Amino acid sequence: MIPLLGLVGGVLIGLLWGPDVPLGLQPYLPIAVIAALDAVFGAVRAVLDGIFNDKVFVVSFLANVVVAAFIVFLGDQLGVGSQLSTGVVVVLGVRIFSNVASIRRHLFKA
Amino acid sequence: MSTTSSSSSWATLLRMARPRATRANVFGALLAILLGFAIATQVQQTNQSGLEQLREDELIRILDDVTQEQGRVSSDIRQLEASRDRLLSGVDSSSEALKSAQERLDTLGILTGTAPATGPGVVITITDPGHKVTAARLLDALQELRDSGAEAVQMGDQRVVADTWFSDADGGITVSGHQIAEPYVIKAIGDSATMASAMDIPGGVTDSVRRDGAQSTVRQLKRVDITALHSLEEPRYARPVPAPTK
Repeated sequence: MIPLLGLVGGVLIGLLWGPDVPLGLQPYLPIAVIAALDAVFGAVRAVLDGIFNDKVFVVSFLANVVVAAFIVFLGDQLGVGSQLSTGVVVVLGVRIFSNVASIRRHLFKA
Repeated sequence: MSTTSSSSSWATLLRMARPRATRANVFGALLAILLGFAIATQVQQTNQSGLEQLREDELIRILDDVTQEQGRVSSDIRQLEASRDRLLSGVDSSSEALKSAQERLDTLGILTGTAPATGPGVVITITDPGHKVTAARLLDALQELRDSGAEAVQMGDQRVVADTWFSDADGGITVSGHQIAEPYVIKAIGDSATMASAMDIPGGVTDSVRRDGAQSTVRQLKRVDITALHSLEEPRYARPVPAPTK
């Protein structure tokens, strides 16, 4: 419950406050969100697999975000920012799908 | 897998999600709040969809589009300005044509008696109580006036034009079929001195009228108003000859 409530609370804060994303962060925030989602689904799967570790979750969450942002930053510096962003989204999307599939098997046996 | 295993999966999930004062829960809640906040912010940012979140190459493409559009629009502007100038000069030339047509209309109106006329001239009054003056005498007077440069003539209340004719009638003279009242007043616009001297030459109109037994006076005026109008009739037989084509 707590993480779900936290998610909803964060969405509400974002909607009510509605801050502008700083210019320097604009290319990285979408990728960071995808990376964080990947970490979250990975954590749920780990819980169901019985191997959840809070330290691993926190580190993987932050590392995912930082690495994804760094890849996009690197891509921008190399002039292939949009392609690399697409690549990161695809990879993270595939991981999210596989995690969700695993969670689904655990919960629904299907 | 069995059903118990499935329910235990749910139980595991619920147990993990239950509020506990563990570090994992605190971190999980914090990161979830962070994630929700980031999602909401990013969604709002995307919905604003301004230029500032576009990438460099997209901005370059948009700039190219705008530049092409600008080129197209400015060539449109040039074309429209050219056609506007053409139309304006057309207005000028057509107003020029209108002006010359109006001048021509005025000239023809005075010539054919369809327009009132004003200008320097003479007023000849022939007092003839005994009705001694004949139509031929008036015709002489008109001939004399035209000879001396009269441009518009009125006899009594009749405008004198090209097809005006005179006739003797019982107790008077008719001009184009209309009897004019005695004394006969002839107004003529032209060089007043020339016309007056043409009237007064020996054997001229004044002389002849006096010999007929009537009185004639000639007044030179700076301004004579000829207000009688002649209504034009469409010629029944005469047709204009078409101008030869070059």
